[in-house]
Amino acid sequence: MEYFLKSIIPILIFSMILYGMVKKVKVYECFVEGAKEGMQICFRIFPYILAMLLAVAILRESGVLTYFNKLIAPVVRVIGLPSEVVPLVLIKPLSGSGSLGVYAELLKNYGADSYIGILASIIMGSTETIFYTLTVYFGAVNIKKIRHTLYAAIMADLTAIILAVIITRCLI
Amino acid sequence: MINYIWFFIIFIGVIVGLITGKGELLSNAIINSTGASVNLIIGLVGMMCLWCGVIKIAEQSGLTDIISKVLKPILRIIFKDISKDDKALGAVVMNIASNMMGLSNAATPFGVKAMEEMEKQNKNKGVASNDMALFLVLNAVCIQFIPTSIISLRAASGSHNPAVIIIPALITTSLASFFGVIYCKILQRYF
Repeated sequence: MEYFLKSIIPILIFSMILYGMVKKVKVYECFVEGAKEGMQICFRIFPYILAMLLAVAILRESGVLTYFNKLIAPVVRVIGLPSEVVPLVLIKPLSGSGSLGVYAELLKNYGADSYIGILASIIMGSTETIFYTLTVYFGAVNIKKIRHTLYAAIMADLTAIILAVIITRCLI
Repeated sequence: MINYIWFFIIFIGVIVGLITGKGELLSNAIINSTGASVNLIIGLVGMMCLWCGVIKIAEQSGLTDIISKVLKPILRIIFKDISKDDKALGAVVMNIASNMMGLSNAATPFGVKAMEEMEKQNKNKGVASNDMALFLVLNAVCIQFIPTSIISLRAASGSHNPAVIIIPALITTSLASFFGVIYCKILQRYF
């Protein structure tokens, strides 16, 4: 099973090309044609990625998150979130690599099988880097007005965190 | 909206950073962020081209139509406007499937493709449709069967049972996705 999971990418690609061949698609030409589109997409989303990474870098280095952490401490205590995990919750929507760093730090300091370690793992597994996804996806099609997307995404994110706390409590 | 968020993040970051004497750190962070985004996009270009190429084959061979036909009954309930569009549904399906398998590198190209197809159907160009918002929210709390990187990190830091989080994470994400759909359906009336 584990070997299968690790080989999922070649299996996936192979079966898609095989199916194309069976259906008499010009697989090589088709692939190149699609790859060209991929190139254009990357050109198009680059400025959006730069804008977002710039803002996140400034926010992270300025230490604002640390102050913010103290500010919201009373609120997070209500939902039962340990203060050690709060930095992870704050950085997760903003930066994938940043949150991975914070997460690895938590595992190192508190142990992977501790309450904090398991809670952090579940939070890592159930939330995404919302701002990155929003920037890239909406940037790719030039959407300027995102309406309720961000609110709904943050609400869903908070729901996931609260659920993670409840489930971890049941687990231990 | 995005203008205010971007401005606010930079504004508060620069002001607080300068007051607390982190001017030099900020300078470095700004310069490094440009390099970091170039690295990110270069890392992404190859993956993007690879998956866009493979999707194209799947599209031409009619594979995406088959996949979307199978999943259509489920998706039609939550995605109202694109339920008639095979191409858009196909890309949405592939994106969600990649996320479920923990292949976030593959998920991004499928997601961008899905957005492009949805924008074609969008009557109000430049304004997010209900389906787009819903799709993004599902991506924010994606249902995951195998959170590969987390399991390997847990194993690396000496966990006795690295995979213990799979079921809890699955329950959390499934419930959060369910709530996410509800939030979207409620909020979309007011925006």
